[in-house]
Amino acid sequence: METIIKKTQRTGPVIFSEYTRGKAVRKAIEIGRNDILFELKDSGLKGRGGAGFPTATKWMLSAAANGEKKYIVCNADEGEPGTFKDRVLLLEYPELIFDGMVIAGFTIGAKEGIVYLRGEYEYMLKSLEDYLEEMRKDNLLGKNILGKDGFDFDITIRLGSGAYVCGEETALIESLEGNRGEPRNRPPYPVNTGFMGYPTVVNNVETLAVVPHIVLKGGGWFKQHGTDKSTGSKLFSVSGDCARPGVYELPWGIKISELLFIVRAENTKAVQIGGASGVCIPKSQFDRAFAYEDIATGGSIMIFNESRNMLKVLKNFMEFFVEESCGQCTPCRIGNLKLLEGVNKIESGDFTFGYINTLKELGKTMQVASKCGLGQSSPNPFISILENFKEEIFNSKNRNGGSNGKAR
Amino acid sequence: MLVFEKNALSEDIEEFILKFGAERSALLPILQSVQRKHKYVSDFAQQEIARLMNIHPVEVYSVISFYSFLHSNPQGRNIVRLCQTISCDMAGKIAVADAIKRELGINFGETTKDKRITLEYTNCVGMCDQGPAMIVNERVFTKLDPEKAVKILSEIK
Repeated sequence: METIIKKTQRTGPVIFSEYTRGKAVRKAIEIGRNDILFELKDSGLKGRGGAGFPTATKWMLSAAANGEKKYIVCNADEGEPGTFKDRVLLLEYPELIFDGMVIAGFTIGAKEGIVYLRGEYEYMLKSLEDYLEEMRKDNLLGKNILGKDGFDFDITIRLGSGAYVCGEETALIESLEGNRGEPRNRPPYPVNTGFMGYPTVVNNVETLAVVPHIVLKGGGWFKQHGTDKSTGSKLFSVSGDCARPGVYELPWGIKISELLFIVRAENTKAVQIGGASGVCIPKSQFDRAFAYEDIATGGSIMIFNESRNMLKVLKNFMEFFVEESCGQCTPCRIGNLKLLEGVNKIESGDFTFGYINTLKELGKTMQVASKCGLGQSSPNPFISILENFKEEIFNSKNRNGGSNGKAR
Repeated sequence: MLVFEKNALSEDIEEFILKFGAERSALLPILQSVQRKHKYVSDFAQQEIARLMNIHPVEVYSVISFYSFLHSNPQGRNIVRLCQTISCDMAGKIAVADAIKRELGINFGETTKDKRITLEYTNCVGMCDQGPAMIVNERVFTKLDPEKAVKILSEIK
């Protein structure tokens, strides 16, 4: 196995701070549901997958929902290009994720938790299952957890099979139910009608990993980090042209230029934030900040230096979306194909600006007309790269100038 | 397919259904188990699964066709997936891909004649900080260069 499973020395204000397995679960039982929800609400924690829905609201809605069974689902279908924070959490901090799930189960009254692990991460399955077994031995899973009467909770792990769209919560639920991973119409939302029709909380790995720290140290402590509207810290997965790629825990509100300095990026031309479905930010805007009030992100940061050809970057993204669109709704299925066709035409020089503008309009249509987040965000790189790098892309002198990949 | 092969496959499927249950939600784990053991889910396997789960075979096929890690036609004994997404691409994916293609004498999407390796591209495998990366069956290999990638592939049976 080439993957580094050894626990490296990581430091960070929240997630990468000291924690012992079970500690937050013990505290949770002590303070009770209402106080957990209060602290969570006070913390202002928002979903870390990228959409940023307030976690406390999600939990309250499902706690209030009627259902003879309820489920906690951990979304470990980390498929966004450039994202690998969940890999680090799953390999190095399983105690945070699983304790977070147990606390969620306790809070909303669920007895079953499911981790939806992407097929690409199958190599982790054994170590995660061994870890769950250890937790069962310590009475952190199973019946009457830590001696609390009637507090039963257990976790199973289910594998995905290579579908990006299954990271969308309703597609994930469809996949768990044994169907094609096609997103559902919302409403109803999973908090009311989720897995097998029961109330279900679907949380990102990172969101769940933050919960034990909030339960232990309180919402007020959490709020000390970050900005007013973006509380706490965020894991950033940094890759591309820099000397120190990897996962970093940084407070919200940090500027792009500050992050580039930390990871030792030089001659940076552009940063793609939020993965393929995110936006491409040019050098002139590097003083912008990572925060819900400026650039919200799930944490994927891909850095491009001066030698990169942005049109080829865009082509890679559009090929990705054409492959990963589930094909259910027309704007996404056909739209992505048309945008890719456009990129190919720009590449060969066979285009008019009228045509490009029509494609941008099409992109905007997709953003409002697509059924799920995939099609709603897949035009983002198309629109932002063509807008921010038009000089480079439409100036024929430059068109063949850059190289994208050492081998070309 | 020979009769005894069919019988063995049926037995496997029965065993998986015993383990995961016959409810619809068990379909994916069952398909994954068949895929893992036989490297693909044959027409016969699809019909057996459908019969034992009491659903229409086309339901089974529709699920297989949706997921890129499930196959309905024969694959090699080992499935090699090279990440094609941008970070791995920038780290030198093309050189690795070309070397593998030359060495195996096949293109992506094809299987070697001796059925040893099926070669595929896949999307982001979450190793962007250690690219180029590839997955061989379920093992991950990172920081590849052409020589290293070819050596890894030469060692699998």
